[in-house]
Amino acid sequence: MADIKNKKEKEPTVLFVAEEKEPLFSKKNRKLLTDPLNDDNPITVQVLGICSALAITVQLEPSVVMAISVMAVMAASNVVISLLRNLVPNRIRIIVQLVVVAGLVALVNEVLKAYAYDVSKQLSVFVGLIITNCIVMGRLEAFALGNGPWKSFLDGIGNAAGYGFILILIAFFRELLGSGKLFGIEILGHKGVTLAESTGLYALGYENNGLMLLSPAALLVLGVIVWFQRSKNRKLIEK
Amino acid sequence: MNALRKKLDQLKKPFAKGEKWEKFAPAVNAFDTFLYVPNHTTQKGAHIRDSVDLKRTMITVVIALLPALIYGIYNSGYQHFIQLGEQFTFWDAFSHGALKVLPMIIVSYVVGLTIEFIFAIYRGHEVNEGFLVTGILIPMIMPVDLPLWMLALSVAFAVILGKEAFGGTGMNILNPALTARAFAFFAYPTYMSGNKIWVSEASNIDAISGETLLGSLAANHEVHYSVWEMFSGSIPGSVAETSVLWILVGAAILIFTGVGSWRIMLGGVIGAAFMALLFNLWGVNALMNFPWYEHLLVGGLAFGLVFMATDPVSAAQTFKGKWIYGILIGIFCIMIRVFNPAYPEGVMLAILLMNVFAPTIDHYVIQANVKRRKKRVSTATVKSA
Repeated sequence: MADIKNKKEKEPTVLFVAEEKEPLFSKKNRKLLTDPLNDDNPITVQVLGICSALAITVQLEPSVVMAISVMAVMAASNVVISLLRNLVPNRIRIIVQLVVVAGLVALVNEVLKAYAYDVSKQLSVFVGLIITNCIVMGRLEAFALGNGPWKSFLDGIGNAAGYGFILILIAFFRELLGSGKLFGIEILGHKGVTLAESTGLYALGYENNGLMLLSPAALLVLGVIVWFQRSKNRKLIEK
Repeated sequence: MNALRKKLDQLKKPFAKGEKWEKFAPAVNAFDTFLYVPNHTTQKGAHIRDSVDLKRTMITVVIALLPALIYGIYNSGYQHFIQLGEQFTFWDAFSHGALKVLPMIIVSYVVGLTIEFIFAIYRGHEVNEGFLVTGILIPMIMPVDLPLWMLALSVAFAVILGKEAFGGTGMNILNPALTARAFAFFAYPTYMSGNKIWVSEASNIDAISGETLLGSLAANHEVHYSVWEMFSGSIPGSVAETSVLWILVGAAILIFTGVGSWRIMLGGVIGAAFMALLFNLWGVNALMNFPWYEHLLVGGLAFGLVFMATDPVSAAQTFKGKWIYGILIGIFCIMIRVFNPAYPEGVMLAILLMNVFAPTIDHYVIQANVKRRKKRVSTATVKSA
C-alpha cells in the first residue's frame, strides 16, 4: 500500500500541456488525405467495403454518386464523433456512432431522392447500406475517437476518396467493357441488330463482355488493381 | 548431333550471364530444352532423377489428345455438310474442319506462349511447359465458330488471371483451359450456347437443328441420335469433345503411361452414373428421363473427366482424395445438367468447383490418416503396457 502511494506522489502532475500550433495543412495532415489513396487504401489494402464495390460498379454514374455520398457521410460523421469523443461513455459508443451515421445516411438518401431520383433508384438499398459500410465504422473507431475534429474531417475525406477512387476505377472498366459506354454515352460505337446497322468497333464484329456485368467481374477487376498496385508499391507486399 | 549442340551453344553465347541479352535467356533456354535434355544437376540433398520431366509428361498428354482432336476436325466438317444437306467426301469434311480448327489452335498457342514468354522474361524464370497442353485443350473445348479474337481473349484471361497471377505453372488453383472456357461462356453467352453455333458457318441459315443433344433435351425437344452416334461422336458439340470412342483411346494412353489418374476417371464415371440413375428413378422431365448410360456418352463429361479433371496441378493429390474428387465431379456434373437448363454443360462448372475444393479434400484425407496412425500408436502402447 505504502509503495503505491509513494509512487503516485513521485509522478509529476501534469496540469497543462503546451500544444504546438499546427498549420491546417501540415505534412501530417496532408498524409491523412493522401495515405488512403495508395498506401493505406480502404479497399485494396484494408479490404473493407467490398460489398458495395461489387454491387454498384456496373456503371460509372451510380459509382460517382455513391462515392460522393460516402464522402459526405464519412466527413460529417467523423467530425461529429470527434466532437463527442470525450462526452460519450465508452460502453455505448457503438450505438452513438450508429445513430450518428444512420441519421446522416437518411439525410443523404433524402437529398438523393430529391435531386437525383434516377440514380437513387438505381442505388436503391445500397445508399441505406452505407450505414453498414465497414470503412465508416472503422474510421470512427480507429481515428475519430482519438483525434480532433479537423484531423478527423481530413481522415474522413481521405478515406472516402480512396474508396471512391477504386469504386470509379472498377466502374470505368466494367461499364466500358461490359456495355461499351461511359456515363451512358456509347464510346465504342452503336450496336445494331445486324452487323450492317452497327457502327464503330461493333461494325468490326466486337461484342460487349457479358462477364463484366456480373458481380464476380468486380472482384476480378479489383484483383487486377490490387495486383498492379502491389507490383508498383513494394512496401505493401507481406513478408 | 554434336554439331547441332555446338551451334546451339554458339547461338546462346550472347544470352549467358553478364552478356548483352541476359534478360532473354529464359526464352532461348525454352527452345534449347525442346531439343536437348537440360544439363542441370542437383546441388543439395538427395533427389530422384527421372527422365520423365514436365516436358515429357505434357507431350504425352498432347499425344493422348490427338485422336480426339483429329476426329473433332473431321466432325466439324461432317456436321457442316450434313446440316447443309450437301454431298461431300471424307476429305471434303476433313479439310473443311481443318480450315476451321487449325487457326484456332494457332491463335491459342501464339497468344498463350507470347504471354508465357513475357512473364518468364519479366520474372527471370524458366518458361514452363504447362501451356503445351492448355494451348491445345482450349480450342478443343470451344464451339467451332467462335470468333478468333474471343478465343484469343479467353486464352489471355486464362493464362494471366488463371495461372500467372498465382505464380505460373504448378501454382494455379483452377484448370487454365476450363478457366478460358468459363470466361468465354460468361462473357459471350450468345457465342457459347444456343442452337446455331455448334455447326460451322450455320449461323445464317434459319432451318437448322444444330443444337447439342443436351441443349435440345433442356428445351424438351426430341433426341434423334442413336447411342452409337453418341458414342462415336458424330453429333454437334464443341470441337473435340463429342467422340467418346477416341477420348477412350486417349484415356488408355494416359492410364498406360501413368500420366492421368484412373481413380479420378473411374470415380467420375461412377459418380455421374449414380446421379443419373437417381434422376432416372425420379424422372420428371426429359433430362431426368435421359437414360443414365447415355448421360455418360453425351456432352463434355468424358472429355472433361479424362483430360481436365486429371490435371495433376488442380486435382486432388492423395489416392483417397482422388476418388472423392472424381465421384463428386460426376455427381455435380449431372446435377448441374439436370437442375439448371441454362447451363446444359455441367462438367465445366463441376470440375472448376471441385478444383477449388481439391486442397480441402486432401487436407482432410491426410488428417484422417494422421489420426488413424496416432490411434494405432496409442492402442499399441496401451497393449504393451
